[in-house]
Amino acid sequence: MQVLTESLQLNRDGALHHLLSTEGLPRPLIERILTTADGFIAVGTREVKSVPLLRGRSVFNLFFENSTRTRTTFEIASKRLSADVYNLNIAASSTAKGESLLDTIDNLTAMQADIFVVRHSQGGAPYLIARHLAPHVHVVNAGDGRHAHPTQALLDLYTIRHYKGAFPSLSVAVVGDILNSRVARSDIHALLAMGVTDLRAVGPLTLLPTGLEQMGVRVCTRLEEGIRNADVIIMLRLQSERMRGALLPSAQEYFRNYGLTPQALRHAKPDCIVMHPGPMNRGVEIDSTVADGPHSVILPQVSFGIAVRMAVLSMVASSQRSGSHRAEAAAPGSTVPHARANAGESTARLG
Amino acid sequence: MNTALAIEGGRLIDPASGYDAATNIYIADGRIAAIGAPPPGFSAQRTIDARGLVVAPGLVDLCARMREPGTEGALRGEMRAALAGGVTGVVCPPDTEPALDEPGLVRMLRQRSREAAGARLYPLGAMTAALAGETLAEMHTLAQVGCVAFCQTTALPANHGTLLQALRYAKTFGLPIWLRPVDASLVGDGIAGDGALASRLGLPGITVAAETVALHTIFELQRTAGTRIHICRLSSAEGVALVRAAKREGLPLTADVSIHHVHLIDQNIGYYDTNCRLDPPLRTERDRAAIRSGLADGTIDAVCSDHAPVALEDKLLPFGEARAGASGLETLLPLILDWARAEAIPLVQALAVVTSAPARILGEDTGTLQVGRKADLVLFDPAASWTVQSESLVSSGKNSPFIGQRLSGRARCTMVGGEVRFEGAG
Repeated sequence: MQVLTESLQLNRDGALHHLLSTEGLPRPLIERILTTADGFIAVGTREVKSVPLLRGRSVFNLFFENSTRTRTTFEIASKRLSADVYNLNIAASSTAKGESLLDTIDNLTAMQADIFVVRHSQGGAPYLIARHLAPHVHVVNAGDGRHAHPTQALLDLYTIRHYKGAFPSLSVAVVGDILNSRVARSDIHALLAMGVTDLRAVGPLTLLPTGLEQMGVRVCTRLEEGIRNADVIIMLRLQSERMRGALLPSAQEYFRNYGLTPQALRHAKPDCIVMHPGPMNRGVEIDSTVADGPHSVILPQVSFGIAVRMAVLSMVASSQRSGSHRAEAAAPGSTVPHARANAGESTARLG
Repeated sequence: MNTALAIEGGRLIDPASGYDAATNIYIADGRIAAIGAPPPGFSAQRTIDARGLVVAPGLVDLCARMREPGTEGALRGEMRAALAGGVTGVVCPPDTEPALDEPGLVRMLRQRSREAAGARLYPLGAMTAALAGETLAEMHTLAQVGCVAFCQTTALPANHGTLLQALRYAKTFGLPIWLRPVDASLVGDGIAGDGALASRLGLPGITVAAETVALHTIFELQRTAGTRIHICRLSSAEGVALVRAAKREGLPLTADVSIHHVHLIDQNIGYYDTNCRLDPPLRTERDRAAIRSGLADGTIDAVCSDHAPVALEDKLLPFGEARAGASGLETLLPLILDWARAEAIPLVQALAVVTSAPARILGEDTGTLQVGRKADLVLFDPAASWTVQSESLVSSGKNSPFIGQRLSGRARCTMVGGEVRFEGAG
């Protein structure tokens, strides 16, 4: 099962070749992404808001699932790097005609794509694409199913670092629909990789996936307990289709128990920051007073997001795939024992 | 046909009798004529040199999909795959297109099987029309045209009343019912075993309760109806424990597990390897250990290949959209040998789970090498090492979780009813 041992994201020199997940990203590499983003922050404030790093390169925004916000920030990031940007709303075109995902990719690769920014409703779709691509083409995951949204996690790290400095001493709470959230999964891997030891997931048991403890996360079902003395609170968006049904009785009851209000916020540290990946449901997961209040860093997150995405795009574009990536060791920093090692005696024996 | 065969110098293993020794075996008129010395007046038309090979009953596979009806001509190829894997008897579940729920389809399938001259075919009939779980299928008529038992293939009927009546109706005619212990309402949109891996990958999980609730339902209804039931493809430690308790209670029960669940766990999915998208889903190390214990103590009677050829384009998809199933006929034997080696189980005992035990579940007189029985045999080289490659699989299903792995053990000669139907290079 060689596929299990591949580190698709990194090339032989450990450089970022694709960005698929924050899981398995070594801390020095994450730090390099954040430092690179530092350099791009200033670009956005200049009169001429672009640098020629990706001039002549083609970035295809492949959105199999609708998203205005993430697509726009990737588009801005690409344009500030002087890349040619093409937005494809695939949900409305090829797949409706029955074309398979990989056929779509082949067609676009033939149009000389250099980077694919992919959003897909199915977890793992960017992995399928990355395995299929020629070595000189790169994939940046812009959100796959419930699995990962790595650039969001990296911009969250950037924001936390900006306001709080060093990670290991921080208490961080992720609150809300963890079960269905790719942001939560990517944040958890990223924060653990940066050395956060006090990481809590907060929500009702219907919205908490099993096995969180094995990932190194403390599970809290009460908001007050979950955010007690927290330095950072990351609120998650509650999708409207989940507000009423078998997971939750109503948005109102959810807000009463898990909505971040000024009263609830008193349990956190006085200088805590409140984050949200957007778009927010005011009055469902977060009270407007908090969203617009002094603890909120929700809008700075958006600005940092552009710089972080510029960093990721420029880094993957400069990576060369040298030889076979399949020969690499297991992804370091993985928070669970790696698949191959864990696949048990049979795999080892059968080898 | 009916060639008089002498197979000499092999290591003869007969799990049913516990026999394991080097000896000769003689075949005449499609049956085993003698073991040790030739019967009086025997004149071999062909003598096979079996030195270095194990001579065993052909494997009886309790679940292998031939994809017919549905894919025209598929059965012929899958039967060749069966023979190449040393499998001489295949039970075909009724999850075909259309489902095996009427006699004409069963007759057609059996006819095609005769023409294909492959392994023996044992069709499972649908328990309910179109497997919809609503109206009973004509089980008695289907049994008369060759269905060996009746089954719901994906989950229990949503209506437990229908299940109870199906059990009673089958009991009327002494027909066995085979059930997959799956409660569909608890599976929901799940696609991977619930646990740390599914959580990490963001794959909707299938709770173990989907299996245990179904088993409780089955056993409770079985206590009422008294029907003989075979449980197909256990996946969880809790499920194994429930079957163990039910057997101890004395319920007329047998159970199988797929070879994939003897070897693989959810972690093998790695980063979305669709070859590991299986139904039932792969579960944890602990579940695999319980399955192995269940095999060791007889709670689980048999191991099947759960052979499910899937087209490449149906696997080259995101995990959640990929079709479940794995090609299994050609890897069943080496994976059984590997399990035996790992658990230090004597070969004669290990082979029972794919020969004598499944034959007994079917009520067939194959699966053993006793004199007078049908000569369904496999001669295999237990030390032959080979690498599983998509291109070299005979089956149309090139989808195996074991692609790229080296396995030991390969069929060299497979015969059905005394007729050599497969011979592989040595």
